[in-house]
Amino acid sequence: MPEIRNYTMNFGPQHPAAHGVLRLVLELDGEVIERADPHIGLLHRATEKLAESKPFNQSVPYMDRLDYVSMMCNEHAYVMAVEKLLGIEAPIRAQYIRVMFDEITRILNHLMWIGAHGLDIGAMTMFLYAFREREDLMDCYESVSGARMHAAYYRPGGVYRDLPTVMPQYQPSRWRNQKEVDRINGDRQGSLLDFIERFTERFPKCVDEYETLLTDNRIWKQRTVGIGVVSPEQAMQLGFSGPMLRGSGIAWDLRKKQPYEVYDKVDFDIPIGVNGDCYDRYLVRMEEMRQSNRIIKQCIDWLRANSGPVMLGEHKITPPKREAMKGDMEALIHHFKLFSEGYCIPAGEVYSAVEHPKGEFGIYLVSDGANKPYRLKIRAPGFPHLAAMDAMARGHMLADVVAIIGTMDIVFGEIDR
Amino acid sequence: MKQVASAFKSLFLLELLKGLSLTGRYLFDRKITVQYPEEKTPLSNRFRGLHALRRYANGEERCIACKLCEAVCPALAITIEAAPRDDGTRRTTRYDIDLSKCIFCGFCEESCPVDSIVETRLFEYHGDKRGDLLMSKEKLLAVGDKFESQLAADRAQDACYR
Repeated sequence: MPEIRNYTMNFGPQHPAAHGVLRLVLELDGEVIERADPHIGLLHRATEKLAESKPFNQSVPYMDRLDYVSMMCNEHAYVMAVEKLLGIEAPIRAQYIRVMFDEITRILNHLMWIGAHGLDIGAMTMFLYAFREREDLMDCYESVSGARMHAAYYRPGGVYRDLPTVMPQYQPSRWRNQKEVDRINGDRQGSLLDFIERFTERFPKCVDEYETLLTDNRIWKQRTVGIGVVSPEQAMQLGFSGPMLRGSGIAWDLRKKQPYEVYDKVDFDIPIGVNGDCYDRYLVRMEEMRQSNRIIKQCIDWLRANSGPVMLGEHKITPPKREAMKGDMEALIHHFKLFSEGYCIPAGEVYSAVEHPKGEFGIYLVSDGANKPYRLKIRAPGFPHLAAMDAMARGHMLADVVAIIGTMDIVFGEIDR
Repeated sequence: MKQVASAFKSLFLLELLKGLSLTGRYLFDRKITVQYPEEKTPLSNRFRGLHALRRYANGEERCIACKLCEAVCPALAITIEAAPRDDGTRRTTRYDIDLSKCIFCGFCEESCPVDSIVETRLFEYHGDKRGDLLMSKEKLLAVGDKFESQLAADRAQDACYR
């Protein structure tokens, strides 16, 4: 009788379902996973070390590139850490703008997730529909910051610029005449807030559509129900956070448990799952999109009714207005000092965490009193999730690994940093 | 009764048909695809694309070689050398931006006290060789001259926010 040996297989890093550069070493017994060993580090860019050699403000654009599908949330954790150490607080309008864009980011992230997760399991249409909505949200990003992804919009002490009052419009071309262009420009009449409001009005219907395609679908259910089950105890032991933890039935959300910015002033619910399988996590994320939509609506109402500064007037930390900088010697000195040397933060250490779309995203910042961080540690939510790969995949079939990677919402920018 | 209902649903593929009717509706719906090179998506006036160096209306270059952009650039993509010109004013003799390093954060534009270095709306550029993505002062000024009216209009529109 021949000796039966397990088969070891490489999954990725060039596999389309590996969500970037994940390399999984799988030990298979037939088609059953005996051991799953994730190998990371293929996208390591030394962000933590880079930050040590730059004044505080200059690390903001690098935060975008950590989890590159939820850009502004990463920035948020970082600017909050800097603000905490400085002992300052952003103006209230800036806080509302931040919360609104955090939630826009959450929807962006979950749309990307549902598209990719669907595509992995075989529901191709989801990808197209999710990207249709993402396009609108990307336009919000662009009109506010100038970049569709890597926004660099949040700054210690507020946000860079206030929301624009006009939206860019489509121009007629040989594919669309004036009448057609007027129709698609319909949503773009008025300010950015109007544009976002129209989005929030139609978005719940879009989520309904996604749910029509997936929630009851027997193929979707066969691929997700009972796959990658994590018990509440296990989820806590594995250091899960975000939808991965809530999918297992633990109502833990930093927005509720330790509210930052204005999350204590907006009304929203925390969806939780029951069984802790891929299907429950899918349901949790779908509901989170609806709740984010609700938060955005409340932020829009507040932002319409209240105007004010979006940046602190403390010019040791924030740049003065350009008008002032050009006419006033004092302001010019502040401008030059800020952009060349930056500012010094009193010695100390701080940890600040936000409820990132993927979980708890934290920045641990140590300052020795210089104008650069002494040490910056990034707590990426994806890292403990990926570390649980073995626990979740063991005993499942090879095809289920793809569903499990999908449900973890892995992005390598933050795991490898 | 409940079992009968679920058996009925399962046998007649109701949820699949519902999904199919949704995709079917979009099949015959108006298309949202943008026919890219001929038709373009709208660009914000804050868009951060290819860099340019601007001039004043009298043709004099704006840059005064204060090197603030060089200092603020997180990716260290800007290299500047400066010397006094024949008329005694301080100007750059070299102004390079390495686009393969640049992360398009817009800090150079933000820091420039004379609105000289700016980021244009242009994102459709390429280089055949690696060296082509090293923008020299001449190239940057040429981009600025080409798009000056658009650049000025965009800055004017955004002036009240900055």
